[in-house]
Amino acid sequence: MCSLALFPPPLYSMNNVVCSLKPHSRQESSSKSAFRDHCETLYTRSAGAWRDAGLSGLLNEIANSSAEVPKWLGVSSSCVLALLRWVSSFHSSLFPHLTLSSEEMTAEFSQVLDWSDCAVRSFAWHPHTQKCAVALSDDSIKIYNPKSATTPTLKHRLQRSVAALQWKPLCASALAVACHNCLLVWHVDPTSLSTRPSSGCAQVLSHPGHSPVTSVAWSPNGPLLVSASPRDTAMLVWDVAVESCVPLHRVGGGGVTYLSWSPDGSRVLAATPSSLFRVWETRMWTCERWPSLKGRCQSGCWSPDGSRLLFSVQGETVIYALTFTDNPGMPLMMSGGPKAATVVADLSETTLNTPDGDIMVGGEIQSLAWDPRGERLAVHVKGRPAMIAVFKTQISPAFKLLPCGFVQGEAGTEPRLMQFNPNYQHGAQLTVCWSNGKITHVPFCFMSAGNPQPGLGGSPSLPLTQGRPADYNNQTLYTELIS
Amino acid sequence: MFSSDQSCCWFVRKVICWRAVASMAWSVLLLLPTTALFVLLIRFSLFHPILWISECLSLLTSASAIFSFILLCGVVLMVGFFNLEYYTVVPSIACSKIALLGQVLHPRQFVHSLVHCIMGVVVAWCCAFTIGGRYRSLGHSCTQDESSSGPEMCLNEYHLVLLLVGAFIGYSHSLVGVVYNMNYVSFHTMQQYKYLRFKGALPLVVKASAVQALYCLRTFLLLYFFMGYAPRAWICKTLDLNINSSIHSLDSVSSLLDLSLLYHLWISGTFLLLTWYITVLLFRIFVTEVYSFPVQSTFTEDAHQCLPKVITGTQPMILKFLALQDLALLSQHSPSRRLEVFSLSQPGGHPHIWTALSKECLSLLSDLTERLVAHHDTVATNGRAKSQSTGGNKRSTTSSEGSVTSVGMEDMKTPRPGALIRTPGSVFLRSSVGAGLRTPLTIPFTPDLDSPFSSPALRRLTGPLEPQGALSPGFSSIQSPHVMRRGPKLWSASTDSQLNGSPPPSPGPAPSPSQAQLKPSFLVTFLQNRKDQLPEASSQALFADSQVHIWALQGLSHLVAASFSEDQYGIVQTTLPTILSTLLLLQEAVDRHFKLPHTSSKPGHCSCSMGDDSYKTLRFALRSTLKTSVYRITATFGGHLHAVQMSAEHRKRLQHFLEYKE
Repeated sequence: MCSLALFPPPLYSMNNVVCSLKPHSRQESSSKSAFRDHCETLYTRSAGAWRDAGLSGLLNEIANSSAEVPKWLGVSSSCVLALLRWVSSFHSSLFPHLTLSSEEMTAEFSQVLDWSDCAVRSFAWHPHTQKCAVALSDDSIKIYNPKSATTPTLKHRLQRSVAALQWKPLCASALAVACHNCLLVWHVDPTSLSTRPSSGCAQVLSHPGHSPVTSVAWSPNGPLLVSASPRDTAMLVWDVAVESCVPLHRVGGGGVTYLSWSPDGSRVLAATPSSLFRVWETRMWTCERWPSLKGRCQSGCWSPDGSRLLFSVQGETVIYALTFTDNPGMPLMMSGGPKAATVVADLSETTLNTPDGDIMVGGEIQSLAWDPRGERLAVHVKGRPAMIAVFKTQISPAFKLLPCGFVQGEAGTEPRLMQFNPNYQHGAQLTVCWSNGKITHVPFCFMSAGNPQPGLGGSPSLPLTQGRPADYNNQTLYTELIS
Repeated sequence: MFSSDQSCCWFVRKVICWRAVASMAWSVLLLLPTTALFVLLIRFSLFHPILWISECLSLLTSASAIFSFILLCGVVLMVGFFNLEYYTVVPSIACSKIALLGQVLHPRQFVHSLVHCIMGVVVAWCCAFTIGGRYRSLGHSCTQDESSSGPEMCLNEYHLVLLLVGAFIGYSHSLVGVVYNMNYVSFHTMQQYKYLRFKGALPLVVKASAVQALYCLRTFLLLYFFMGYAPRAWICKTLDLNINSSIHSLDSVSSLLDLSLLYHLWISGTFLLLTWYITVLLFRIFVTEVYSFPVQSTFTEDAHQCLPKVITGTQPMILKFLALQDLALLSQHSPSRRLEVFSLSQPGGHPHIWTALSKECLSLLSDLTERLVAHHDTVATNGRAKSQSTGGNKRSTTSSEGSVTSVGMEDMKTPRPGALIRTPGSVFLRSSVGAGLRTPLTIPFTPDLDSPFSSPALRRLTGPLEPQGALSPGFSSIQSPHVMRRGPKLWSASTDSQLNGSPPPSPGPAPSPSQAQLKPSFLVTFLQNRKDQLPEASSQALFADSQVHIWALQGLSHLVAASFSEDQYGIVQTTLPTILSTLLLLQEAVDRHFKLPHTSSKPGHCSCSMGDDSYKTLRFALRSTLKTSVYRITATFGGHLHAVQMSAEHRKRLQHFLEYKE
């Protein structure tokens, strides 16, 4: 294991900019002030408050409009409200994240850096075809497809503060959207020429207490969708076709923030807001607890064969790895899973010498992404400035991490979120959304070490997108000891 | 060689019975905490907590409490037995209101209702005994007036009300069970351990029983308010009790609004429903547990227990369901068992296992395709042509309600055959009762042919002028123009096919078009209106058993996808064209079905009750599974599929899938 000091210094180079999105200046929260005050009856307002914020909202509304309600009602609702607040303050002293508002919570637990002021709220590649969905800060979703001229825009009444997107595997059209207080599953007909699919194309999946939804994950080979909310201790497993769900309750954690389904479909990582995460086994849906972390699990990613999990912890600058031995059908408790996580990489702050002067790299890890072939690992580092460090990885015969380089954007921009394109033929392709609203694709061209592509006919010409001096190539950051 | 009779026997004897016994044992065990909780709640007093606890403890340990507990155990065992006897894996969906009425009035259902009514009374008696106080016994001594000699026995109306509530809830449990298909056992997409599944479902069950008890109580109180004097007078007469005139009778507003009475009735009702619901829940959980069949066996005497043999059998239905579930799971999760499927027979080198499995799955899927096409044709022709080819054409009668009438007519014209073809969808036919049909899952007739409404009794009702109750031109002639207009409506195949067997209706010479006909014709209109199919129901009935198709699709597609890397002998390749064409044909039929005007394209939201209504959404699950299955195959094989022989139309369709444009 070693630090970022072994990395080649980052070079500023132009990446291929695919699309540029203007950051929207209008925030959802400020849109209220754009309208004049409208006098509604107390009943309408109460109903709205009940719908938006539940019981406490309703009580708050009644207590605030004391002029219109009988005195006893106003007083009693104030009392109940105070009692509720007292109880919830006790509850949230156990789980501090419960004091956050829904928007803050989504921003806190999102994989996107600075989610609230980011032009691109979420991004998703289709798992099988060249198509991607982009959620913008005005709560609309655009679908880009290079083969079609139309760019459908998805808007829905309930589609607010989109935290995550994911396309359904083995399906051309279904897109799951994690929204403020529900899940939407859009069915966007790829052959349709319509640019504004009606909201009838969306299935609304909601469950009481399950809001805000911060993460969704489709099972890689089935009809199941799991969703997580930091306020709900249960993780919901949806059978989307029939719109039914099974809540999976477990004690501890106080909610579920982030979900990641392993590519082979056998396990699901479920992170909680406290220092605990779970790994579910999807055959019988039993789970393994991983308590006693330093902080909460911020991000995680699976190797393509589902045998290895890399995760990062909030407040720490290292990447941990867990190895699972594969024996399907056995519950995790007996399957001889890993006993402890090992540290595989350290990304603490380091100074690198460049011709332009020293620069600081490293810091806390925001998110992790592993390319579908298991050859490149991208680590989104929060430091100042935030940047993306890329590792070369090797999974078999032994797990290896080698330095590869940094991805940086134009001067003054920060990466906000990243995702690997699952359909890139010539290696790996990392899609990065930047703070200035641009989305760029960063290709990594390589011959797959394990199984060279027969059809490619030799090494493709490598576009120079990152500096990769030869002497850095063979420095191993981390090698697993084969015992 | 073992006959299918024996093979069905071993499974019911060895697996289903034991599962039922285990579920009953657990429900008896769970009765203990439930009863304790009930006692605590019913004796609750806010101001004397210590007295309350000590009273409850002494009550729970008394001998009489043990006696009533034994009674409750008996009731729970009985409920468990009825669950085992009445359960079904293919729900019976009433396509019209009259079919529903037929189900409710069916003799089998009558027995069910009666027994549940009695058991309700027994449980209520135990409750009354536990509450004690004013509920304790049916009679109490009272002095009516000075003239009579000594104390007389008077009726204790509180006790009576409690017993009646028990009877009412027991009956309504049975009735609601029919309407909401409580006896339907559904299988879950997610596998979970029994304990976890039970734990997850328990809060819902408690909520459902409390809510259901509340609704029942409301209805009961209304009934008692208006008709309470009848049972009271009857009990007094038969048991020779007096009515205490010094106490107000309970069927008045003020005495029925007694909060403590309401609370006791509600808690008792909840307790009753909770114990029964827990029994039902446990039975469902136990019986749907995955059973792992051996793929092949080394000994020939066990051959009938192996997956390829079991999956082709038809009876009992649960066996087929479990076998297909096992197939779907092994194809996804178990590489070693997949290897057995792809293996060749030792002498001879034939892929017997794969052939048997794929053949069965494909025949199930093509049956469904045929059924859908036939339904579509019926609905499409319904609007235009009145005279279809009648009678023997089974396919044209698939639209469930219509089928019943026309088949009923057939069997009426011909002498009734001794062994009627009974279909599994029929009302209370248990899955184990024999059916000689090769495609037992195909035709979703809803009401049983034996049901009272396909009997001459009904026809005498519908065609009152006909002395023999047989269908004749007179029957059609008495139909009011209103009915005639309603005939060619979509999804009302009933009236239309009723005309099939008869000559085209002539408004003219009815035998005696007199005033006397007006009344029957009104009745006929009423019945015909009731016979109009509920819009969703015919679509639901078509897909009532689609869980097997879903598993067949999953099993096939996973096996085919796995064969890409695991099939050493290339045995799957030989069937690949058939599989693809079957899937694409089904896809086409399903697409067409969902374009029919009456089929909603989205699943509705389920109500919170014990009745399992997952059968209502099976068609959506099927549609999505079908698409996923085709994509799974195309995603695995990719461009290699171009080498597979198939028709140009299918190739075009497949190309859409390859380009992710479906």
